[in-house]
Amino acid sequence: MSRTTMDLWVGVFVAMGIAALFFLALKVGSISGSDIQSPYTLSARFDNIGGLKVRAPVKVAGVLVGRVSEIRYDNERFQAEVVFTVDGRYKFPTDTFANILTSGLLGEQYLGLDPGGEEKLLAPGDVIKKTQSAVVLEKLISQFMFSKAAEGEPAPAK
Amino acid sequence: MADVFRKMGSMAINGIWQLGFIARFFWLILVYSGQSFTRIHLTLRELYFSGVMSLLIILVSGLFVGLVLGLQGYETLQRYGASDSLGTLVALSLVRELGPVVAGLLFASRAGSAVTAEIGLMKVTEQLKAMDMMAVSPIARVVAPRFWGGVISMPLLAALFSAMGVFGGWLIGVVVIGVDDGAFWAQMQDAVDFRYDVLNGVIKSAVFGVAVALIAVFEGYDCVPTAEGVSRAITRTVVSSALAILALDFVMTSFMFRG
Amino acid sequence: MSEPLVRLENVRFAYGERAILRGISLSIPRGKVVAIMGGSGCGKTTLLRLIGGQERAVGGRVTVDGQDVAKLGRDALYALRRRMGMLFQFGALFTDMSVFDNVAFPLREHTDLPAELINDLVMMKLHAVGLRGAAKLMPGELSGGMARRVALARTIALDPMLLMYDEPFTGLDPISLGVIGQLIRRLNDALGASSVIVTHDIQESLQIVDYIYFISEGRVVAEGTPDEIRNSADPFVSQFVHAQADGPVPFHYPAGDYATALVGGAG
Repeated sequence: MSRTTMDLWVGVFVAMGIAALFFLALKVGSISGSDIQSPYTLSARFDNIGGLKVRAPVKVAGVLVGRVSEIRYDNERFQAEVVFTVDGRYKFPTDTFANILTSGLLGEQYLGLDPGGEEKLLAPGDVIKKTQSAVVLEKLISQFMFSKAAEGEPAPAK
Repeated sequence: MADVFRKMGSMAINGIWQLGFIARFFWLILVYSGQSFTRIHLTLRELYFSGVMSLLIILVSGLFVGLVLGLQGYETLQRYGASDSLGTLVALSLVRELGPVVAGLLFASRAGSAVTAEIGLMKVTEQLKAMDMMAVSPIARVVAPRFWGGVISMPLLAALFSAMGVFGGWLIGVVVIGVDDGAFWAQMQDAVDFRYDVLNGVIKSAVFGVAVALIAVFEGYDCVPTAEGVSRAITRTVVSSALAILALDFVMTSFMFRG
Repeated sequence: MSEPLVRLENVRFAYGERAILRGISLSIPRGKVVAIMGGSGCGKTTLLRLIGGQERAVGGRVTVDGQDVAKLGRDALYALRRRMGMLFQFGALFTDMSVFDNVAFPLREHTDLPAELINDLVMMKLHAVGLRGAAKLMPGELSGGMARRVALARTIALDPMLLMYDEPFTGLDPISLGVIGQLIRRLNDALGASSVIVTHDIQESLQIVDYIYFISEGRVVAEGTPDEIRNSADPFVSQFVHAQADGPVPFHYPAGDYATALVGGAG
């Protein structure tokens, strides 16, 4: 094996390896850091965040605009505080509504934003005040059962 | 009873002694690594032997693992009507776990054992001693280039394994079974994050590369210089590498993917 | 006569508990070929490793060219080794390199000579051992005698001041044996070097060396020029020269009483 053939093969090998890394980065995965340009952070408080996780998508009208960067518990308000980064190209009015939604019936949970009609825009670091908590299935079921029971109760008293 | 404790004690002392010995050897390799980069052809040659020579087995195994993942994954997912998520399943299992781990195991048995055998034979035939007598450090000239060759090859091989596996999963899922092509890739891209999944997988494979390369050169350099000693050293390389990979994988997974 | 190149003073060495050398004093004068003889496993090879600094003596002093080998740091030791050459028992050629590359190895590692000059030097060294035509072969394609000659060419590549030979005659046919013997003598004189041969091949050594030391049980038991050795009345030397099975070197490994061992086995 002469040195030049060896060098050629090593070159081919390294090129293939790097190509595979690029394939994994671009085609298989999505680069989360670089497709969000000049990001800024906002936050929102919720009574219950359900199964929302860090890195969950933030969507407006179904379009991905950012990701959840931090979830913490506010000891004074007894609420969950969700911090998320948003692409600097997108602006939202101050009366934007934040929901925790589920994609599909059993899919992952994400943060949905509904822009309102205000003219003033949210500045970096602002807190969204209007929020709606996650739908917790157990609560929904128990509510349904209680209302069924309430419907059934008056009958024997008749 | 005392005998049992004595045995355990001697095992513990031996283990710690061995660990210290490997650590010192690792340090020596790092100290004598200059030549591996100033005379790059030394390392290129080892890249050829550990990287290029492992290419075939890595690519073929990656393809087959991907094919099996595609078949089994589809079988399970379609029961829940989630066959569109096939891409996610294949890609995540490969990029996070199977790529680094299986490629590491294959690399240990293909390239690691070859390195141990080569260095062991050089020791048996007194080539290392002869080199030392010629005022050429065997660690700088023989051990360090083989170590770096392994360290550089491993992440590339793991990436190739994963890429080939994804291709295999696509082949079965989309071409053979008929999962929607767009859904396959879109769901995959949605779920696989570059920094969280891909980069962590690359870090894993790099760590495995260091572990396997270090074990391989150490066992070769440390072997009893007889034919039997070399064959034992080769066995030890494969066994210790496999254990090291699986243990390190558990530790790293629990740090990386807790959320 | 000037200060000898190598001097060992009361050198002791042990592997763990097992004593190998129990106080050896000898010297290798400049320009001479000295043989160190003794039965297998008497610590002859260890002596060479002590001179080369690959092992450190437990006691005593090893000086080479005025430097105490045991006290040298790594760099100084490597600097000293560049002026030494050691021929290993089976050559220890690098099996992944051609004959040419093997001989060029020390030149390429220690000098920045241009490729043409290295080519010329390697061809000269190979010519000196009569194997210029084998430059392109791989070590696996050589016979034992040829491999040792190539290793010899590699050993003299940097024109060392001290040449060490570890069992250079082992496993060679009589012709190769004669060739290697003549080469050792000729190269020593041509390079103006000094040589140590560790061997148990008495007949070949007597023809080429200037002085002989006999070692047994870790001590020098006899010494002299070849003529003195041939005519020696010393029982050890005469056992060695005439290859008698029993003598001062016992046939039996030390053991208990033979009769007791047999009876004990039966009972």
